[in-house]
Amino acid sequence: MKNKVRSATEFLKPLPDPDAISSEYWRAATEGRLLIQECPTCGHRQWYPRALCTECSSDTQWLECSGLGTVNTFTIIRQYGMQPFKQELPYIVAMIELVEGPLVMGNITDCDVETVRIGDPVLVWFLKIEEGIGIPYWSPDA
Amino acid sequence: MDRTPVIVGIGLSDYPKTPHLDGVQHHALAAQRAIADAGIAKSEIDGYVNASSNMMIDDPVTMAEYLRINHRYIDGTMTGGSSFEFHVQHLAAAIKEGLCDTALVTYGSDYLSRMGRSLGTGGFQRPGQRVAGPIQYEVPYGNSLVGAYAMYAMRHMHEYGTTSEQLAEIAVGVREYATLNPNAIYRDPITIDDVINSRMVADPLHKLDCCAITDGGGAFIMTTAERAKDLPNKPIYVLGAAGAQTHWNISQQSDFTTSAGAQSGPEAFARAGLTPADVDMIMFYDSFTITCLILLESLGFVGRGEGGPFIAEGHLRKGGSLPMNTDGGGLSSCHPGMRGMFLILEAVRQLRGDAGEAQVPNCKVALAGGSGGWLSCIGVAILGNEAPG
Repeated sequence: MKNKVRSATEFLKPLPDPDAISSEYWRAATEGRLLIQECPTCGHRQWYPRALCTECSSDTQWLECSGLGTVNTFTIIRQYGMQPFKQELPYIVAMIELVEGPLVMGNITDCDVETVRIGDPVLVWFLKIEEGIGIPYWSPDA
Repeated sequence: MDRTPVIVGIGLSDYPKTPHLDGVQHHALAAQRAIADAGIAKSEIDGYVNASSNMMIDDPVTMAEYLRINHRYIDGTMTGGSSFEFHVQHLAAAIKEGLCDTALVTYGSDYLSRMGRSLGTGGFQRPGQRVAGPIQYEVPYGNSLVGAYAMYAMRHMHEYGTTSEQLAEIAVGVREYATLNPNAIYRDPITIDDVINSRMVADPLHKLDCCAITDGGGAFIMTTAERAKDLPNKPIYVLGAAGAQTHWNISQQSDFTTSAGAQSGPEAFARAGLTPADVDMIMFYDSFTITCLILLESLGFVGRGEGGPFIAEGHLRKGGSLPMNTDGGGLSSCHPGMRGMFLILEAVRQLRGDAGEAQVPNCKVALAGGSGGWLSCIGVAILGNEAPG
């Protein structure tokens, strides 16, 4: 399933330095696809992507996710020294439990930070930073 | 020959704010004091351990050179703030096995003087920086160190009904001990209201749920029970030590209500032949109030979800059934970045009966529970002042 992609005009936050495995993950995000890995041998699913299955050490395969999940836990960041985060305070950092299983980290955007609760359904969206790098974000799935 | 591992010397450098000392000087000052306290000759030291990661400045081999330690055994295990509990585990095995006879462990940090109070909310990257490794999956989101721990507190409250007041009780109790420590950075008594009315840093953690940032250093010396017979201090026995890891980066924690202490705690107790009920006082890594609650539960002192009500009954306070962080802890006394060192030193001070007004009566068994990273690596050292049976 393809999810919403927005384009960044200027992105001043720290960025991934893609490696042989993560480059596929970040590239997929520019195309509106959230990837995790699934082990063809034992079925284990994992995020972040690695060079082996952390359960059985087999090779892994990519699995494209639905982009749906729920809030497993979160915090409202109210103090942070680094720009440009500082000017965005307060904001949500959350662990999202994908319907496919694994937990992933992200921000929950497009909401009043005071209303976020554990268990809330959320939907992924992507910010395309540049060729090859898109960042997954989450918003309330009303 | 009795090769039972014992701690025979401890040393603190100066704290909480020491702009005249750099990190290396903290290592050296603490080492001098630990050697003097132990009553050994420096030349006896044939094992050296530290957890510093400033390469070419105070990493293990640089410091071994600086201190001129002719070591037969060296270890630089770095699990964050819990490193020193892991070191006790490693040295206990090395000393029993004869890989070394007398080992020095040092730590030193000028964090407050050099970096200010930036650790919790300052960020570890620069704007626009390209970041490699697993942390690349976190850096775009602006999580803070406080925020990582806050996510444990949020989930624990959700699952078990734990309250901010219960967490605040931890900060209040530790502060009470800090009033007895002339070196503690914060010494004015506080109340639960003070904690929950302090500024929110990362929900649900308030400013007073967070540890201090200070300068400081520490060192201890481990040797054999045989060698200790000729030394001035009562030997403090390593009864059991263990370590475990669930993740390193916070986004790889899969259960925000517990820690790897659920593995290393029971192992340390099994090695010691003891249970939590045998422990007279605890030294927990109080990076945040929630850290103590998670350690309390995961190490098995109380059941999962029982930590909040237990803490609210005042057990962790001076005069309680399980006094915690009698030096004033990281919350109120000394936290230069990796506090695990001070857990060992204060536990030894208590077991020697040298803790003055903060002395826990009849203290025979103390437990140091170190948390490294983001409740990632949990090291447990159970110490006692009587030889293991």
